[in-house]
Amino acid sequence: MSAHLSYGRVNLNILREAARKELREFLDKCGGSKAIVWDEYLTGPFGLIAQYSLLKEHEVEKMFTLKGGRLPAADVKNIIFFVRPRLELMDIIAENVISEDKMHSPRDFHMLFVPRRSMLCEQRLKEQGVLGSFINIDEYILDLIPYDGDLLSMESEGAFRECYLESDQTSLYHTAKGLMTLQALYGTIPQIFGKGECARHVANMMLRMKREFAGSQTQILPVFDSLLLLDRNVDLLTPLATQLTYEGLIDEVYGITNGYVKLPPEKFSAQKKQGEAGKDLPTEPKKMQLNSAEELYAEIRDKNFNGVGAALSKKAKIISAAFEERHSAKTVGEIKQFVSQLPHMQAARSSLANHTSIAELIKDITIRRLLILCNRGKWIFSLSLSLSLSDTASEAFFDNLTVEQEFMTGVDTDKVNTYIEDCIAQKDPLIKILRLVCMQSVCNNGLKQKLLDYYKREILQTYGYEHMLTLNNLEKTGLLKPQTSTRNNYPTIRKTLKLWMEDANEQNPNDISYVYSGYAPLSIRLTQVLARPGWRSIEEVLKMLPGPHFEERQQLPAGLHKKRQQGENRTTLVFFLGGVTYAEIAALRFLSQMEDGGTEYIIATTKLINGTSWIKSLMDRPEAQAS
Amino acid sequence: MAFITANWNPLGEAFYRKIELYEMGWSLRDGLKDCLVAAAPYGGPIALLRQPQRPSSSARPQLEIYSSSGTNMASFPWKSGPVRQLGWTVCDDLLCIQEDGTVLIYDLFGAFKRHFSMGNEVVQNQMLEAKVFHSPYGTGVAIVTGASRFTLATNIDDLKLRRLPEVPGLQGAPSCWAVLTQDRQTKVLLANGADLYILDNTSCTPVTPPGLSPQACSIVNMAVSFSYKYLALFTDSGHLWMGSANLKDKLSEVDTKVRTPPKQMVWCRRPKSQQPSVVIMWDRLLLVAGECTDTIQYTLDEESVCVAELDGVRIVGGSRHELLQEVPSACQDIFKIASMAPGALLLEAHKEYDKSSQKADEYLREIKEQSVLGEAVRQCVEAAGYEHEPETQKTLLRAASFGKCFLSNYPPEPFVSMCRDLKVLNAVRDYTVGIPLTHTQYKQMTVQVLIDRLVYRKLYPLAIEICRYLKTPEYQGVSRVLKHWACCAFCQTGVNFLDDMGPIMSGENQTLHSTVRTSYQRSMVTYLKNEMNRGDFFMTLRNQPVALSLYRQFCKHQEQDTLKDLFNQDDDHQELGNFYVKASYKEKKLEARLSLLQSAVDEYNKAKNEFAAKATEEEMKLLRFQRRLDEEKGEALLGLSLQETLHALLTSNFHKQAEQLYRDFRVPDKRYWWLKLTALAEKDDWEEMEKFAKSKKSPIGYLPFVEVCVKQHNKYEAKKYVSKVTPEQKVKAHLAIGDLEGAAEAAIDRRSEGEISTVLSRCSPTTDRALLERLNRARSTASKK
Repeated sequence: MSAHLSYGRVNLNILREAARKELREFLDKCGGSKAIVWDEYLTGPFGLIAQYSLLKEHEVEKMFTLKGGRLPAADVKNIIFFVRPRLELMDIIAENVISEDKMHSPRDFHMLFVPRRSMLCEQRLKEQGVLGSFINIDEYILDLIPYDGDLLSMESEGAFRECYLESDQTSLYHTAKGLMTLQALYGTIPQIFGKGECARHVANMMLRMKREFAGSQTQILPVFDSLLLLDRNVDLLTPLATQLTYEGLIDEVYGITNGYVKLPPEKFSAQKKQGEAGKDLPTEPKKMQLNSAEELYAEIRDKNFNGVGAALSKKAKIISAAFEERHSAKTVGEIKQFVSQLPHMQAARSSLANHTSIAELIKDITIRRLLILCNRGKWIFSLSLSLSLSDTASEAFFDNLTVEQEFMTGVDTDKVNTYIEDCIAQKDPLIKILRLVCMQSVCNNGLKQKLLDYYKREILQTYGYEHMLTLNNLEKTGLLKPQTSTRNNYPTIRKTLKLWMEDANEQNPNDISYVYSGYAPLSIRLTQVLARPGWRSIEEVLKMLPGPHFEERQQLPAGLHKKRQQGENRTTLVFFLGGVTYAEIAALRFLSQMEDGGTEYIIATTKLINGTSWIKSLMDRPEAQAS
Repeated sequence: MAFITANWNPLGEAFYRKIELYEMGWSLRDGLKDCLVAAAPYGGPIALLRQPQRPSSSARPQLEIYSSSGTNMASFPWKSGPVRQLGWTVCDDLLCIQEDGTVLIYDLFGAFKRHFSMGNEVVQNQMLEAKVFHSPYGTGVAIVTGASRFTLATNIDDLKLRRLPEVPGLQGAPSCWAVLTQDRQTKVLLANGADLYILDNTSCTPVTPPGLSPQACSIVNMAVSFSYKYLALFTDSGHLWMGSANLKDKLSEVDTKVRTPPKQMVWCRRPKSQQPSVVIMWDRLLLVAGECTDTIQYTLDEESVCVAELDGVRIVGGSRHELLQEVPSACQDIFKIASMAPGALLLEAHKEYDKSSQKADEYLREIKEQSVLGEAVRQCVEAAGYEHEPETQKTLLRAASFGKCFLSNYPPEPFVSMCRDLKVLNAVRDYTVGIPLTHTQYKQMTVQVLIDRLVYRKLYPLAIEICRYLKTPEYQGVSRVLKHWACCAFCQTGVNFLDDMGPIMSGENQTLHSTVRTSYQRSMVTYLKNEMNRGDFFMTLRNQPVALSLYRQFCKHQEQDTLKDLFNQDDDHQELGNFYVKASYKEKKLEARLSLLQSAVDEYNKAKNEFAAKATEEEMKLLRFQRRLDEEKGEALLGLSLQETLHALLTSNFHKQAEQLYRDFRVPDKRYWWLKLTALAEKDDWEEMEKFAKSKKSPIGYLPFVEVCVKQHNKYEAKKYVSKVTPEQKVKAHLAIGDLEGAAEAAIDRRSEGEISTVLSRCSPTTDRALLERLNRARSTASKK
């Protein structure tokens, strides 16, 4: 289940194994049969660490979702609560425990806090009179979760909001802790670069923790050559733009959570209904895991969507050719060889079918280009220019993209945008509007007070006055702001960092700008420039971006200095504080693969985000409204 | 190494050794002469109360507190009444018991904590003697008064005074007495001349120790062992009787040949020891007696005090601090001269190995032939734990490690944990810390308690280092230490304590973040609940941005009203406004909701946030409007947005009201047109739509008319508006109604490559050939331009 984690430049499976070991140890502490009561939010991240089989091996027989009232009956010795340290969850647990006592079934209670134990929570349990019912109360430090072979995420949804809106730096502390764990396993990282307030904080904490740990130096040859800490608010623009890579689009359209995506089932029915005619069309959404364990997905995930069709078609040809080989297999040996490859080929074929379906789904909503049809097991490929499915949806997508690109290139960013106006008038989803308005503001280094007030008023009148709090939040984080100086820095930044590439090649990219069909993500440009020729060349621009930039060196114990072989690549860990998008990840992977790149990147973040989930995390919904 | 047995003295089968722990750091002019001394077990602190030379009223005695190595921790003149007895509690608090029965409690640093009284009777009759004792219930105090009555408090933290029954024939103080804990009961054992009594809650029972030498006329001293299991009695005939504390068995009786009553007598028996033994102290003599008739005698050259420990006796003098104990059997096996125990051989083997001598192999062979290498390693590891000198520890551990190499599956844990334990022990034994714990004591006491003691002594950095070194789970270890530290700093300096983080963790304080956060919140809540001056509290908080934002977060979840006060204090009108707005959404009743919103408006005005103030006023206006209409027309508008309200009004034919809202709220024309257009389309009111289109020039153009109609599946109506759209939108409009040819015409007319491509992309294989060709041709000409 986790082999894909060890394929990369850095074997992230070590980290996963360490996490699994700790989990096993806790489970064994509670001897006998167990049932786990889950804080639902945790099931996703835990899935990346341990499947049910591991839990089962340690006598976990039942799993429940945490909810009020009485716990479901289960003939087990132990009940273990896996929860985040939230007070509201403590109340639910207390309710569970109290109603349990009345049933005279002697079950032992345990609690595992993820990622940190909290005295406040325990205090709450004490107030509720149930603290004494727990035999074990422990914490499970899950800071950085290996997400893929080159990707780590803390899956901490609120990190951006906490850091930039509520000045609550707890998640930064967890980040620093996570980086210390990483260094314990992969060696001290000799160089730390950073840009932004939060980056500075994290670096300071790391340096200090290292000082405090002095004496227990890890004697491990450093795997990472450098660490780059980037604040999300250094680059507010990128997540606002619609991602145009395959994976990015899947995330934009359907949302990927903890490596899984839920898709409308219709497109997938064709594959299964062999024999029984579409009697039972699936109604449940199809859940698919997306990671580099799937060969085809690893190949196409980071391509611009316009290049996906061609890639799928090429792959299909290879697979059909492979299947055709059975005709040429004459000798028993040849047939045997063919048969031995069959499972792999069949897996490849079903993977191809799946992604063809996903690509179609996305295409319907986005851009009509290559269309691949799957017809009764035979593969027919045709360039289709004629399908007029859901025209309006794709048109809207296209219009939206056009406006985004206008903003990013600096066209009329200081005027009321009629597309936005029309979208408001038609009451398009609020988040879409907010993404666009914020983007305009960011690309114009703030909006003129009058213009800003106009947009705000339109939004309040259309979507309700309660959104004033959300708008206020956006202003606090700088996503939306009144123009204070007449100077607009954005064009300078755009030009210096070459954020807009007129001739982005989507099929065979030669620059990272392919991930947004023209726009090169600012965050990744900073990373790229840092590797070569270095930040000194862009001092001016760095000063325009918020927060300090810095470089720190960490002393390595003697004998651990790496002697680089000629032509050996450097390994850099890029940590995005406040979230990273799939398109940015794609761009970094592209840089890693560049032949003369010289640097390979491992990516870490507080949370994988897209514009929608990001804006959503900043919204304030008064309770009455939410229900 | 060679002299390791130099300080060993044999006593029967066993050996006893006296090792120096510290040269005392204090400088006492007269040593411990004329001092009340109390030294806490487990290497705890030492308290001294020096009685003034001349008992005049003006000179006050001096109370001093030292660590076991003689480092001063507190010193102050005693201003309360005359003290009879000092003692330490299990958690290192000092008890000063006064003549009148008042017990004053001080902490390790001499800060007064509280006091309690041992009862009225004591006040009247004065106290003669007092003893502080420890039991599983905590620390207790027992006293005997001038009226020869005993009063007991088993646990001073849960004070329940018990007056014990009268002892027949007792006048004044008994000749000696001790407190016993037996069968979960605390009792007093006392001797009155030759008579021995046990006093419990209800009765006074005379008892006779089995086999006590008949020459004795009086029992002059008694001692109960650390575990309350054994009892020692010293008689005026110089006999020492040892037996079980329940007085059922006799262990031995030794004639010490000293008839002077001893100054102090304590048990010196280690757990799993080979023989019971007692240390008796006179002015110039220290004597160890066991089972055999022989005794070990040491000369004392200074006034000293014996402190009973779990596994030995500490002897504190004016200049030295020593430990007297039975040599553990593992050490005997290894170091006894000419020992052939496996451990001894292994140690020898390793010594030879270090010298690169082949004898190493011979020794090893010998051990291996007997297959006792595992035992040898175990012995070396165990013995290392008992040795005080780091050099000896190292030698033993190296030998163990050497031996381990020749064993295939010897479990590493005992060796590793011993190394860890010793590192910790050596650290706390250092004279700067001054806690001379033995390994046995340390194991009995547990790391948690040791950490607590360090914390109590404010040795936070060391405590943290130990936690990290032992990899104690964070919440039990580092976090707990930091919590204590934060609370302590908090208590001492009040809310300003974040300023004081400096000395311990200089610079920024984020590392401590989550820990401090929780303790901070807790302390603060308690603080607030204790009705401290909230205003002051907030004011101080203002200068602490990190603390402030944390506190805000906390309040957001826990105490909404505090949050409001906090904003108020800060004059943060913007946040106050937001606060009221949020509150308004939780309010069900409209009037209350409006008044909250009015408060929000006021705050926004104060914050000079004109926009927010105006928007909130608009919101109130809308709510009032909705209520009115709901009441008058039975609509259900309340809570809808302005846009939704307008839409609802337009679809329900309240055109007049809609117009009014449109004007009152200055809805932009464009949006209003969109609104009305969609509302009409949804109602299929095509006639009205046509009228509307003609009413004046559309501010949104006519493409929306086409699109809205198409959306309602009415291509017929849509067509009506196609001709009205601007040339730029012609292609789109034609495409919208599915008129490919029309779109093609328009695109070709406009000679726009992009538009022609768009049309082409909509063509299907069934499209007319001629049209396709025309389009392709037009596209190539357009692109040539």
